[in-house]
Amino acid sequence: MVDFRFDIIAEYSHFFLMGTLLTIGLSLAGVLLGTVLGLFIALGKLVKNKWISFIFTCYIGFFRGTPLLVQILIIYFGVVPSLMGHSNGVVAGIIALSLNASAYIAETIRAGIQSIHKGQTEASRSLGMTHVQSMRYIILPQAIRRILPPLGNEFISLIKDSSLVSTIATPELMYWAQAMNAQYYRVWESYVTTAIIYLLLTVSASYLLSRFERKMDIK
Amino acid sequence: MIKVEHLKKAFGDTEILKDVNLVIKPQEVVVVIGPSGAGKSTFLRCINRLEDISSGHIYIQDVDITGATTDINKIREKVGMVFQDFNLFPHMTVLENIMLSPLKVKKLPKDIVYKKAMELLKKVGLESKVDVYPDSLSGGQKQRIAIARALAMEPEIMLFDEPTSALDPEMVGEVLDVMKQLAKDGMTMAVVTHEMGFAREVGDRLIFMDGGYIVEENKPRELFDNPCQPRTKAFLGKVLSMGQTLAVV
Repeated sequence: MVDFRFDIIAEYSHFFLMGTLLTIGLSLAGVLLGTVLGLFIALGKLVKNKWISFIFTCYIGFFRGTPLLVQILIIYFGVVPSLMGHSNGVVAGIIALSLNASAYIAETIRAGIQSIHKGQTEASRSLGMTHVQSMRYIILPQAIRRILPPLGNEFISLIKDSSLVSTIATPELMYWAQAMNAQYYRVWESYVTTAIIYLLLTVSASYLLSRFERKMDIK
Repeated sequence: MIKVEHLKKAFGDTEILKDVNLVIKPQEVVVVIGPSGAGKSTFLRCINRLEDISSGHIYIQDVDITGATTDINKIREKVGMVFQDFNLFPHMTVLENIMLSPLKVKKLPKDIVYKKAMELLKKVGLESKVDVYPDSLSGGQKQRIAIARALAMEPEIMLFDEPTSALDPEMVGEVLDVMKQLAKDGMTMAVVTHEMGFAREVGDRLIFMDGGYIVEENKPRELFDNPCQPRTKAFLGKVLSMGQTLAVV
């Protein structure tokens, strides 16, 4: 620790910056795509037809029941090459993180929808609204306030989980930490720096989210 | 006109409605009373198919709403419903609560809907609350808004499911007053209530339900004064001796 080498951190600062930006990009893409997909999956799971509902239950079961790392490897080495002809770390990373997040987010959204009192649905249906109108104007706007806090947690988890895509050579933050360690055999400089950057990301994300939540609370 | 024929409704093995037959004529106010568990609310909820029925038929304006091809949303536009616990939309202002369905379901132009909404708010005496959120209203005010919201769809019949049961006693009167005015204006109404004074004064016909059947029906005064069935006598004896005077309203 005595000979902590700030010079190699400075040398890698550009890579850390690029890696951090990619980490933020991957997490944002993951949570945004995951939310869109998650909404679709949650509504699918709530469908009365139990066969349709079962398909979505299986989807959620698979993505929550297997390690994210395994999913990343399957998508990078299997799914993306068979679709694109060759693989791409960023594309595979975004797909894997989005699909994985969507399973968790779907359960969050489902719980949010089900937490809205049944009387709200009944009142809207009794006014002639269709199921879709009732969801769109009455249920989802109310559910979203309850969904937002856990969705924020999911985003913070995603920032950390995105480090796993370093295994498929996606040049995000963790990738550059490993590269630095490989070049200089310096554990503390590479990994402590990375840990601090992750911490800064998650702390500022949770700060921004809590401010956003307070803003949403005002009707 | 509403015609109910051999209506049956079961939840699993529990039969709630066993065989209900009833005709509600235009402009008639039918008040349904009976002990809890009699099936009063379920009956009302079947009329706009908030509950699926097990067998039988319900006709609204000669359309069989139990038919598989019936567009239930079209039917519900004509049937207003007021709930025990108001069910106002908490994320919308009073005005938005009232205007939403005419705008989105009936797709009426905004200026017409706004005019109508303001008229209704005046009718229920709450014009001053136009831009507040339901959270800041009292129970009685919420229920009056809920009535205005249902009326905004210009229904042909209004269903009231124990509209005053969740209210503090001092607020019951203001809601009943609105309902009385509505009856005077010629609205067809079916009201499930425990307010015997209201039943007596406003009802054209009183229905006593118990055990999933309509046990007895008659003009309110006659049913109160000369109940024929022993179950009706027993029920009226109990509720009227519990301090429910007939002169309340």
